[in-house]
Amino acid sequence: MTDKGNEPGLERQAELMMRALDEELTAEERAELENRLAEQPELRAEWQRLSRAREVTMGMKLRNPPEEVWDGYWTSVYSRLERGVGWLLVSIGAIIVGSWAVWEWITALLQDTETPVAVRYSMIALFVGLVILLVSVARHRLSVSKSDPYKDIQR
Amino acid sequence: MAHAGVRYSDASESALMQWASGGDSAAFGELVRRNMRRGYHAALGLVGSHDDAMDLSQDAFARALNHAGRMDPDRPFYPWFYQILRRLCFNFLRDRANRRRLLDEAGGWIRHDPIVGAAPENPELRLQREDARRIIVRAMTGLPEVQREVLVLREFEGLKYGEIAELLDIPAGTVMSRLYAARRGLADALEEHD
Repeated sequence: MTDKGNEPGLERQAELMMRALDEELTAEERAELENRLAEQPELRAEWQRLSRAREVTMGMKLRNPPEEVWDGYWTSVYSRLERGVGWLLVSIGAIIVGSWAVWEWITALLQDTETPVAVRYSMIALFVGLVILLVSVARHRLSVSKSDPYKDIQR
Repeated sequence: MAHAGVRYSDASESALMQWASGGDSAAFGELVRRNMRRGYHAALGLVGSHDDAMDLSQDAFARALNHAGRMDPDRPFYPWFYQILRRLCFNFLRDRANRRRLLDEAGGWIRHDPIVGAAPENPELRLQREDARRIIVRAMTGLPEVQREVLVLREFEGLKYGEIAELLDIPAGTVMSRLYAARRGLADALEEHD
């Protein structure tokens, strides 16, 4: 039993108890479990606790949704895929067109001899600075939302 | 609807996977129809909410269709699909806001079947039993994902240990240790309540 890292004897006990609860024991294993239960009061107490929990879960079933749900299921899956492709194409298009527009604007600004050099470079610095700030704030908000222990507390 | 004269509804799973991996989306649609209930219930057991289970299972099928070229027609479809579905469900559960909401709503995804032929319970006993079920459902929602997953596959899907091991690609011993840890968690919750 790799998950627990228990001693082999304890692992065997746990395995026997699980298989007994799920009716997967052989006659030999059942006898082995009964012997252990007779000899170890702690194990007996644990067995009773687990049996009680199993008894409660036995009558539980997953709730079924209304049958109509299945009629449109595949259509909905297909629509998701279409929307996914649509968003991907829109994003690629927006990135390419946006980059081209920025490039055109910067080259036009650099070639514009009527505007003073200092103003042209200041405008580029302003734009690049804004982009850096936006990316930085977005990245920070993303990392905070993943690790903020108070984000679920309602004001 | 047919592929090379074979109706999709009559085709074997392997043939459908072969056609779907070649770009036949109608063949994939038939795979979805055959597996949608099981996929939905697996998601419901993991996340415990109808709307989220519907959303996640449909999302998993959409992703599976997106990667249909990677399917191996010589292997069954569901275990391959289940790996996609469980990853999505685990990511969903790792979001604390989702987890908290599910804890608040715990129990709406479970129904309780009376035991056929059993004598009617007295009201006090019935209340105690309902109380115990409520505690168990809440404790299940709070279990670590891998423990809850094994518990759901065993209790609700009724899979044998070997089948769970195969589906999750883990040793049967690990299945039992996760199940043991999960059931201890439930037993602890019941004991705390007492």
